[in-house]
Amino acid sequence: MIRLLFTIIAGVLLGGVVHLVSVLALPRIATQDAYSRLTPLTKLNAVTQLPPADPSNTVMPFVDPAFAVAVCRYDLSGGPIKLTVPVSQAYTSLSFYTRNEVAYYAINDRSAGKKVIELDLMTEAQHNDLPEDEEITAADRLIIDSPTATGLIVLKALAPEPGLMPQAQASLAASSCAEQADQPAKQAEAPRGKR
Amino acid sequence: MRLLLITLLALLVATVVGLGATWMTATRGTDLGTLTIGAWTARPKTGTSDVDPYSRATITRNGELPIGTGDGVAFTATTDDRKKPLDGRCDVVVSGVTPAARFWTLTLYDQKGHLVANTLQRYGFTSQEIVRGADGGFEIRVASRSRAGNWLPTGGIERYALMFRLYDTPVGVATRTQRDAPMPQIATVGCP
Repeated sequence: MIRLLFTIIAGVLLGGVVHLVSVLALPRIATQDAYSRLTPLTKLNAVTQLPPADPSNTVMPFVDPAFAVAVCRYDLSGGPIKLTVPVSQAYTSLSFYTRNEVAYYAINDRSAGKKVIELDLMTEAQHNDLPEDEEITAADRLIIDSPTATGLIVLKALAPEPGLMPQAQASLAASSCAEQADQPAKQAEAPRGKR
Repeated sequence: MRLLLITLLALLVATVVGLGATWMTATRGTDLGTLTIGAWTARPKTGTSDVDPYSRATITRNGELPIGTGDGVAFTATTDDRKKPLDGRCDVVVSGVTPAARFWTLTLYDQKGHLVANTLQRYGFTSQEIVRGADGGFEIRVASRSRAGNWLPTGGIERYALMFRLYDTPVGVATRTQRDAPMPQIATVGCP
């Protein structure tokens, strides 16, 4: 009897370990996470508009239907990404996610303070490799460090009324997300071959 | 033989307890880092890099993208102020004041987080399109049949969730109480 009790206690303790390990491992082993769901719908290193949220569109749960949404799925292994987003009339925001959906950075039109939000996304290593050019100061160019080489940038423009949705979509359609042109050609070629 | 059986039993208990606890926390969520105001619950830290492991597990399992802190904050309600679950066949009134924010949206989802089909194609309201009273207050009626004023259709589903999102707002990780973020009330006013 005592032996059985010990067995169960040992099982519960071991279960605690299994629980902790599985919780920590879940983000890595999940196959239905947002990145995987968006992969077939989006182009790499380009802005893709998502279809408007409606009941038949069940790509992602808890999408705000008041927003026009576009996604730039990025891979920085070929070099930094340059992102240009014109600000829409009401409200525009950019959210940055790692491959495992950690929201590491978000900015809105007001905090950007310009008519066009322009920023460079790179890995920490690429940031460190940047030549220290005195003319280009940090104020002129907003540089964001991505913790992972791949991830998602979600561009959102608010349509305060349903009738303003086409305007919000149009402002996102004018945005761009591309590898920086001034990169050496050899580096830029590598990820293109994979596509 | 007995040792083998006992070891197997211990491993079985470990698997059931461990994975069961993981499943429970990933589907129902935990109270880690939650901000509760009235019937509304938010997890402001899910929009930052120091999101807790349980929220990360839930987010990846559901396939959602949490709203970033620099963008806004999302509050969810599945019950009214008296802890009665929100029922799509009843009339529910969302009214009162909202925290400081440039924009807010109120959206209705089913339990899986999908929008609920209705003929009006009305899935929620934004702060701009809402009809307000003379004092600036508003009242949204969430009901299955059409109502005067701000009507949010439920499609008659049994259980639903309301999501209140604030954009460009000071509400976030530092918010603690109702005084920092006065949230609207939710009241069930009548059931058929």
